[in-house]
Amino acid sequence: MAEIELKEDRDSRLREVAHPHSPVAHFSADEPLKLDAGVALGPFQIAYQTYGTLNAARSNAVLVCHALTGDQHVANAHPVTGKPGWWETMVGPGKPIDTERYFVISPNVVGACMGTTGPASLDPATAQVYGLDFPVITIRDMVRAQAMLLDRLGVETLFSVAGGSMGGMQVLQWAASYPERVFSALPIATAARHSAQNIAFHEVGRQAVMADPEWKGGRYFAAGTKPHRGLAVARMGAHITYLSDAALHRKFGRKFQDRDNPTFSFDADFEVESYLRHQGSTFVERFDANSYLYLTRAMDYFDLAADYDGVLANAFRGTPTRFCVISFTSDWLFPTSDSRAIVHALNAGGARVSFAEIETDKGHDAFLLDEPELFAIVRGFLDGAGRARGLAKG
Amino acid sequence: MTSVLMRQDRTMADAACETGGVRLDHLLVADMVEPGSRVLDVGCGDGELLKLLETRGVDGRGIELSREGVNECVAKGLAVIQGNADTDLADYPDDAFDYVILSQTLQATQHPRLVLEHLLRIARHAVVSFPNFGHWRIRLQIMFRGRMPMTANLPDTWYDTPNIHFCTIKDFRELCDTAGAKMEKAVALNAWGRPLRFNAPWWFWNLLGEQAVFLLSRRA
Repeated sequence: MAEIELKEDRDSRLREVAHPHSPVAHFSADEPLKLDAGVALGPFQIAYQTYGTLNAARSNAVLVCHALTGDQHVANAHPVTGKPGWWETMVGPGKPIDTERYFVISPNVVGACMGTTGPASLDPATAQVYGLDFPVITIRDMVRAQAMLLDRLGVETLFSVAGGSMGGMQVLQWAASYPERVFSALPIATAARHSAQNIAFHEVGRQAVMADPEWKGGRYFAAGTKPHRGLAVARMGAHITYLSDAALHRKFGRKFQDRDNPTFSFDADFEVESYLRHQGSTFVERFDANSYLYLTRAMDYFDLAADYDGVLANAFRGTPTRFCVISFTSDWLFPTSDSRAIVHALNAGGARVSFAEIETDKGHDAFLLDEPELFAIVRGFLDGAGRARGLAKG
Repeated sequence: MTSVLMRQDRTMADAACETGGVRLDHLLVADMVEPGSRVLDVGCGDGELLKLLETRGVDGRGIELSREGVNECVAKGLAVIQGNADTDLADYPDDAFDYVILSQTLQATQHPRLVLEHLLRIARHAVVSFPNFGHWRIRLQIMFRGRMPMTANLPDTWYDTPNIHFCTIKDFRELCDTAGAKMEKAVALNAWGRPLRFNAPWWFWNLLGEQAVFLLSRRA
């Protein structure tokens, strides 16, 4: 009886991996994804969502790249959690990325767990879940896979590529790898290289996952266990880095959770503790622990300048792409100085670049939240780019 | 000295003619810029000058210190970055632009000479405007009141002003010599932003011009 329950539970975890609530592009073993790690991944699949309509000139496609724990469900209810899409404030009819005007494509990245091939997928060679047999992937691999998806969809050029955090890294990689395919780019709250501090935070998260006895060396699907505690701790730690001292204080202060006095125990006395535990426990329901290892690793390896003789400007020299770089004052994970480094390189490369720093106390997560200034800037930038591109007003 | 300059000799009537809601000093600056060129506007404010330039086919970029100004510009579809003339000009490569505009900002920089040198490194031409501290009203205030001057155009107290490096038209000419800048055009403006109509000697401009606009080029 207990074993049957476990099996059903395992299947539900795998449901979105193999058969997502999204269209899926399949790539056969004959058209593998060539990875930076030196191996070819194939067959593989990409799950994606689209919103709006591709115009006759095929000139209005916008690629939205998701962050570490995001997915393709940008502007529709999440099939697992039922919550609104992660960027519904930004993407939709009449929104800054207006789906009445643009054709929005949002793929799940390689290595993730919402329908695009990742460590939770079945390895065709063994008919087992990949686990740690999945090759290590990079941001460039993600972008390469997205380019294959666009080829499949018949989209040669993108009117814009937009994304925050890890999504912003993909935006920068897109502009560097395929400048002629990218008319405009919106890297938000991101960096051209992952900082030592951020690698350190990621390592703590990975160690939390791997320290969970239920992780079983990455073979928890076969073992029928769930490394939920480790993944939840990883998420709790990471979540702190997405906020700010001021935002935490404003939201929780030192308030107690459902009690008037401390319990003199290690129960979640404080609201902030209760909040973090909730963040951890809801996250594990929708995310695969090994995917978390792979995607954090991909971010750690990201150093765009390294591919261009250590000079970031070389990545953008003579680029036809117009850029709008955005940062947030209270973001200490991807501070404004990271964005400035991008802007300096773009200027040195002769790119047409705008840069705005938005004042907010909401920290790194601000790019996902209701920030009217962010919306005004994105809308203005895309309107301007649309005029230059000759797109009709929606 | 006057022979190297093409002094503008515009009448009040010229200056006051229909501007379509565009600031007079912006029109003056825009007229110094060749249509279709690449322009960097340092201290571009709300981006109105850049917008005016873009109507003339200029590929314009901007730098602006204030966050509000930048965000307003980007929302208008202009290519503007948040930055500082003192620190950020160094990041631009040589000859990145045809013109650099520094409008009413020189006196607020930490290192005006360095800034001017960067302008002439980044672009072949620089358009620089600044308030003239040699204007008679300012001279009179110091002379008779014995205090730091405050005028309609310069309303801040000495301890609460962004303007830390005032100069006169005469001083600026000297800086241009030191920094290797050649003066192509010079216009002195009265309090209302209108060009002085007189083709007068420098000392006269230095006394009557409230502001000055210079078109400079790199000395060969």
